[in-house]
Amino acid sequence: MFKKVLIANRGEIALRVIRTCKEMGIKTVAVYSTADKDSLHVRFADEAVCIGPPSSAESYLSITKIMAAVEITNADAIHPGYGFLSENADFAEVCEEYGIKFIGPTASMIKRMGDKITAKETMVAAKVPVVPGSDGQVKTVKEGLKIAQKIGYPVILKATAGGGGKGMRIVKNEEEFEEQLDKAQMEAAASFGNDAMYLEKFVEEPRHVEIQIIGDQFGKVIHLSERDCSIQRRHQKLVEEAPSPFLDQKLREKMGRAAIKAGKAIKYEGVGTVEFLVDKHKKFYFMEMNTRIQVEHPVTEEVIHIDLIKEQIKVAAGEKLSGKSYYPTMHAIECRINAEDPYHNFRPNPGHIHSFHSPKGHGVRVDTHVYAGYSVPPYYDSMIAKLICKAETREECIKKMQRALDEFIVEGIKTTIPFHKQLMKDEKFLSGDVTTKFLEDFDLKPQ
Amino acid sequence: MMDYKQIQDLIKLVSKSELSEIRLKDGDFELTIRNKNYVKGSNAIASSVIAAPAVMPQVASAPVPAPASVSAPAAKADIEIAKKDEAKTDANLVEVRSPIVGTFYRSPSPDKPAFVQVGDSISIGSVVCIVEAMKLFNEIESEVSGKIVKVLVEEASPVEYDQVLFLVDPAG
Repeated sequence: MFKKVLIANRGEIALRVIRTCKEMGIKTVAVYSTADKDSLHVRFADEAVCIGPPSSAESYLSITKIMAAVEITNADAIHPGYGFLSENADFAEVCEEYGIKFIGPTASMIKRMGDKITAKETMVAAKVPVVPGSDGQVKTVKEGLKIAQKIGYPVILKATAGGGGKGMRIVKNEEEFEEQLDKAQMEAAASFGNDAMYLEKFVEEPRHVEIQIIGDQFGKVIHLSERDCSIQRRHQKLVEEAPSPFLDQKLREKMGRAAIKAGKAIKYEGVGTVEFLVDKHKKFYFMEMNTRIQVEHPVTEEVIHIDLIKEQIKVAAGEKLSGKSYYPTMHAIECRINAEDPYHNFRPNPGHIHSFHSPKGHGVRVDTHVYAGYSVPPYYDSMIAKLICKAETREECIKKMQRALDEFIVEGIKTTIPFHKQLMKDEKFLSGDVTTKFLEDFDLKPQ
Repeated sequence: MMDYKQIQDLIKLVSKSELSEIRLKDGDFELTIRNKNYVKGSNAIASSVIAAPAVMPQVASAPVPAPASVSAPAAKADIEIAKKDEAKTDANLVEVRSPIVGTFYRSPSPDKPAFVQVGDSISIGSVVCIVEAMKLFNEIESEVSGKIVKVLVEEASPVEYDQVLFLVDPAG
């Protein structure tokens, strides 16, 4: 087992990892930018190294600075968290070269799943259902039109290097194909420096359902069932829940098996998430795979009684999985609380928090790095807390979430708590009838 | 001789009161406590000690073994006890901070002399030390000119970003 883990991250996930390491008897090293010197993760770790100025590029994204911190503290493993360098194949490779264990998959696994076209090809070869579309890059308009004709409109053009909803355009019919292709390519070139596009059938009113998997170093892959993340705003998740109100046990087992096939196809090591789109006919299609721990991992932890960070560290240290897959025994919902103003288009609202009282009590979990007196810096993402509730049924879980949101006091900055309060009373949400289109029709009422 | 707790109590007293200074002398033991109201070189000091009898009973309650010196304000208060005056003098010095994370070395190699010693004059761009990370030896250049007053890091010890390495007197 590792003696000392350096956490190459910040905020709530750094705290999360530090806590589990402490429970496992592993020493921890926090790294931080000067903007984070009062951050909790710095205080909770056994050692802390300041690695740079506020800008992410010169601190949390700097491979050389993080490796230098590993060197002077003699850490033997790195936990990359999520975001930042967690899916950076170069970083994983540098760790491999230096003999430091990167707690996650290998560089080549990251590369294979990071390129969306390669990932899709791998899935097709593994007989995992994928959204019908082009086999690789669409190089000409003529080629694109032919494929679109075959798979049927509407179709969606996507950038192969894309993410965060950029470089995507829906094409409703043949007439507008060329125009949408041009627009998508321009945006892709501007956002990612790469305008290579591929084409897919546009799945209408899909649900975003992802399967959590874990793979060990010996070829075993297991699944821990699904999380439904259909409530998204501009492709950013706001609420996640497990189990999905749409899945029945048969579909769950089918998707679980497909996710395991996906993991085995690349001999996956570590925790990972296979994301699927599910249409109203209960057909599911592979969308992408995230080769890291995810923000919403607590949802799975609460319904399956497991510490995913612990499992992640164990497989990285060479322990074997039993081979058993897991199914939820409870219902859990997570609300992401961001320092954003929901009444002004969710614009970021960093600043000084002078009062902070998080909800507590039976079935309530809050993962946060924030406290009264803390200043949310403007340099990083806006999430300040995750509120997770669990109960026996979905209905009770929602009631608990309503109660917990009512207790959640954050003063000094605006947060998305009012948005979640309204959402938890919304009829459509209560009925479980939620697709990725849900928020488009959601009207935030004044308080 | 006063014990530590008594001195602490006196300090609390001075900081809360309108007094700007208290001086105590008891044989070889001398103690001066000043707060932010203190104005250097002000002759009002001795008289304000006399003129603030309200303080006396409070002082007496923090038992002072030689109450005679306090209640006899004419006693000339002399010099303060040796206090660390570093904070005061350091205010004029400029810090040279590490721009990277790594291990600090004072010389280009173990057999060569240090880049700088205390007392040396440096100019902007002078190499003052090496910070090594991942087998890369980075020469750290000073962004100020002046005289090296203090070296704050030990040879071959780890440094983090922004850690203070040297104190430089820009007027030196």
